[in-house]
Amino acid sequence: MTKKPLISALTATALLAAGLAFAQSAASPVESLRGAQVDEQVAVEDVFHQDEKRFARSYRQQPPLVPHSIDQYQIDLKANRCLSCHDWTNAGERNAPTLSMTHYMDRNGAQLDHVAGTRWFCNQCHVPQADAPALVENTFESSGKN
Amino acid sequence: MTENNTKGERPGFFRRVWNFFTRPAVAIAAGTLLLAGVVLGVLFWGGFNWAMEMTNNEEFCISCHEMRDNVYAEYEGTVHQSNSSGVRATCPDCHVPKEWGPKVVRKIQASYELYGHFITGVIDTPEKFDAHRLDMATSVWTAMKKTDSRECRNCHDFEFMDFTLQENRAAQNHQAALDQGKTCIDCHQGIAHRLPEDYLNAYKDVAARVEGR
Repeated sequence: MTKKPLISALTATALLAAGLAFAQSAASPVESLRGAQVDEQVAVEDVFHQDEKRFARSYRQQPPLVPHSIDQYQIDLKANRCLSCHDWTNAGERNAPTLSMTHYMDRNGAQLDHVAGTRWFCNQCHVPQADAPALVENTFESSGKN
Repeated sequence: MTENNTKGERPGFFRRVWNFFTRPAVAIAAGTLLLAGVVLGVLFWGGFNWAMEMTNNEEFCISCHEMRDNVYAEYEGTVHQSNSSGVRATCPDCHVPKEWGPKVVRKIQASYELYGHFITGVIDTPEKFDAHRLDMATSVWTAMKKTDSRECRNCHDFEFMDFTLQENRAAQNHQAALDQGKTCIDCHQGIAHRLPEDYLNAYKDVAARVEGR
């Protein structure tokens, strides 16, 4: 007499497990575009804003980071917005750091009064800084003491 | 006056025009005449301003390929076209004065641009536009420098700026500019359109000329 409820309990459990497995296998190919349940909160990816304080260099030869926004700055064949403050002719008036002397030296070592053609595209080396996580995992270690 | 007009002889053209404006109307009541004058006046004045507004929107500006393919294409994506607050400044907001008098003066000047478009075709290719860009930029800079950047100031004003909300660099420079009596265009050239070669020296010449240095 005591065997009957046990058997029925076992059957029920087996059926339930089979049902769950079926439900899961049926549910998996259909996925919502949102990729989450309706009652689940999906946070918008963080927007990392410009960090305004000056960042210390992480290694000696690092081109200094840009501590301000450079959105929509024109740097092309015709004009270079960065130089309207950072060129030696304007830096004093605009209270901006001047380009280093190396940027006025052409590839033959001659000192020029205007920025060298090889240094024209500032954002090839200098990029705006943001307090954001690294885009790819890496093992970089700063050679500075900080 | 009337001695010259002998009866039966039709007076000359200028005499007839003079009489039209100096002699009272014979068959029309003064009230009717006045009312007709008022109605016509409203129609003409309204029509004039309506027609002027027709030429004062972005759609009209970019109906010419010179504007559509060059300066309008450059303006797309800049902060005055697309930004966080959703306020947009279109061509006439920056390039046509809001006050009536200066607006009419600017519109009359613009007729010369029609001459360039239809007769000489001075900027009808991108290459010609680029070759002419510094000239055109210089005339816009000069106008803005002379009027203390009047069109910018329809929206922007030092008085309305909260420097504490600005990026440090901007706040410092705006306060310095305010103290030195600078105007918007002194620093903000090329914010909506591409800059020509050697633009900064050209702008410094404009500023020196306008300030009489």
